[in-house]
Amino acid sequence: MAEEVKLLGVWASPISCRVETALKLKGIKYELITEDLANKSPLLLNSNPVHKKIPVLLHNGKPIAESIVILEYIEETWKGNPILPEDPYERAMARFWAKFVDEQCLPVIVKACSSKGKEQEQAKEEAIDHLKTLECQLKDKRFFGGDTIGLVDIVAIVIWYWLQLIQEAVGLELLTEERFPTLFKWGDDYVNCIGIKECLPPRDKLLAVVKERFKPSD
Amino acid sequence: MADSSKVTLLDSWYSPFGMRVRIALAQKEIEYEYKEENLSDKSPLLLQMNPVKKQIPVLIHRGKPVCESLIIVQYIDEVWNQKSPLLPSDPYQRARARFWADFVDQKIYSLGKQVWLSTGEAQEAAKKELLDTFKLLEGELGQKPYFGGETLGFVDVALIPFYTWFSSFEHCGNFTMVEECPKLVAWAHKCMEKESVSKTLPDLKKVFDFLMDFIKKQKANK
Repeated sequence: MAEEVKLLGVWASPISCRVETALKLKGIKYELITEDLANKSPLLLNSNPVHKKIPVLLHNGKPIAESIVILEYIEETWKGNPILPEDPYERAMARFWAKFVDEQCLPVIVKACSSKGKEQEQAKEEAIDHLKTLECQLKDKRFFGGDTIGLVDIVAIVIWYWLQLIQEAVGLELLTEERFPTLFKWGDDYVNCIGIKECLPPRDKLLAVVKERFKPSD
Repeated sequence: MADSSKVTLLDSWYSPFGMRVRIALAQKEIEYEYKEENLSDKSPLLLQMNPVKKQIPVLIHRGKPVCESLIIVQYIDEVWNQKSPLLPSDPYQRARARFWADFVDQKIYSLGKQVWLSTGEAQEAAKKELLDTFKLLEGELGQKPYFGGETLGFVDVALIPFYTWFSSFEHCGNFTMVEECPKLVAWAHKCMEKESVSKTLPDLKKVFDFLMDFIKKQKANK
């Protein structure tokens, strides 16, 4: 039976990129349908009527929304190059840390990047705290997934790849090599993994988008 | 083969998140040791087992902790996979179940708290969004007896503990669930026919009184 895999997404979005990474790592052919988030398509609104957000995976016409739900679906449907361990306890740990990135790290990082003064200082401190907790999980492992990239790596790369560009755009010093040597090495190893470069948006193009997105409003 | 290593649950009687885990354990007929936590005086065991969030519920199995209620429920489903599966076997149906359980997590607790604690326009907005959330869930339930189909599933387990909060929403928001969301109320009653639910959920009046007391204290602190 012919497989039809489409992704409603945006190339610059780190959340959309997670799904592209998983699809590419598993060698799944798909079509990226770029959404204009200021003018959402009827397809997007019909496929994700609850949240009306990207990314949405369409597999043979059936929609799946929410990035981590999509990643688990991809893992269960296409078994090659697994991104989750087989052991239930290790799977629970991967799910826990993926959730930690999304629910603890990202909101406070976004706040640190988009606020000023005391609010920014507080958000920055909280972000540093959470990132230190996350960094501890790497301990003596090359990746969060162990020897190979897994769910947590795919979810967490936003805090290395995108954050560094945002920092450059807004003049914020949050993720530095001095402060987070292990996270820095992890990010470097991740982007240099075979097959990963094609999964990440090109740096220069992304920097331009980020500068526009985080432009200070007067 | 059933896993017979010791299972301990760190929990608080009134926590809907803890109730999810208790229902899952009951569905699978797993024996476990229940330890009640006082959240204003957290035990060294809790702080050791969940140093990141310092929250209940925490399931301790083979000496190792699993945290976050929906992650624990999935873990239980995967380890004790011989009976009463909570997630369907089809990947698309599993994705749907995870989506809706995540939806419950994103909406009900935060909106519910706003209905309890805010006033005026802010409360009205929260109430409207909470009712919209319940109505979306009714839509997903459709004509099925349970979200899981013919049997209790992942979304049922995620949502049914909030049934213990319905009367507090009604009281603070000045509405009745049976008028606004009759299908959801019927579904809740159907869930209560299951022993794993009826024996797990605490007495509704006890929870209501506890919540009213909590709300009073929160409002006094403002």
